[in-house]
Amino acid sequence: METIDKIKQQIAENHILLYMKGSPKLPSCGFSAQASQALMSCGEQFAFVDILQNPDIRAELPAYADWPTFPQLWVDGELVGGCDIILEMFQQGELQPLIKETAEKYPQEDA
Amino acid sequence: MNIQINIESKLIEHFDPAHLEVINESFQHNVPAGAETHFKVVLVTPKFDGKRLINRHRAVNAVLKEELAEQIHALALHTYTDIEWEGLYGGAPSSPACRGGSKRKVS
Repeated sequence: METIDKIKQQIAENHILLYMKGSPKLPSCGFSAQASQALMSCGEQFAFVDILQNPDIRAELPAYADWPTFPQLWVDGELVGGCDIILEMFQQGELQPLIKETAEKYPQEDA
Repeated sequence: MNIQINIESKLIEHFDPAHLEVINESFQHNVPAGAETHFKVVLVTPKFDGKRLINRHRAVNAVLKEELAEQIHALALHTYTDIEWEGLYGGAPSSPACRGGSKRKVS
């Protein structure tokens, strides 16, 4: 499968999806660590892709997303933003309802 | 300092900021001394009025597109309108007006 199709499929199938460096339990970048921490605090399941293990995605996603850096949070098929946006939304109390509503919208799946 | 100055001048030119900080945070990362790879930007401009965070960040990323592609590894962005900034920190206090100093005419 072409990388771009793989990306589209991941975004379509995972309604809460974090592209990051490393994993939420073992992040390889301070920004990815903060982003996944905030997302975990929302208390819903989410999917993640470790871009260090997927260099093709790391190379192609920025152009597709029109977003130059990682992490990237995708919710319900749309890019929410990177680390600073995730944290600011979390601190303003905007991230939690977005994540919760999305999790409730797709109850049969693993988000 | 070249990349930092370049970032500053581009942001001033495009956003006419009320407040701008460009901070080189590269020393906090696993890079050689003197590197210019990791930056933090605090940008306050009325041009962000009514714009969602993602669109503000995209506007900054677009202005720094070349730098992000070739030079900058990480760019932390904190973007505010004038009103948001004042609400957060009350703005920095204004410096007092000049009272004439040594040239003041004493009558």
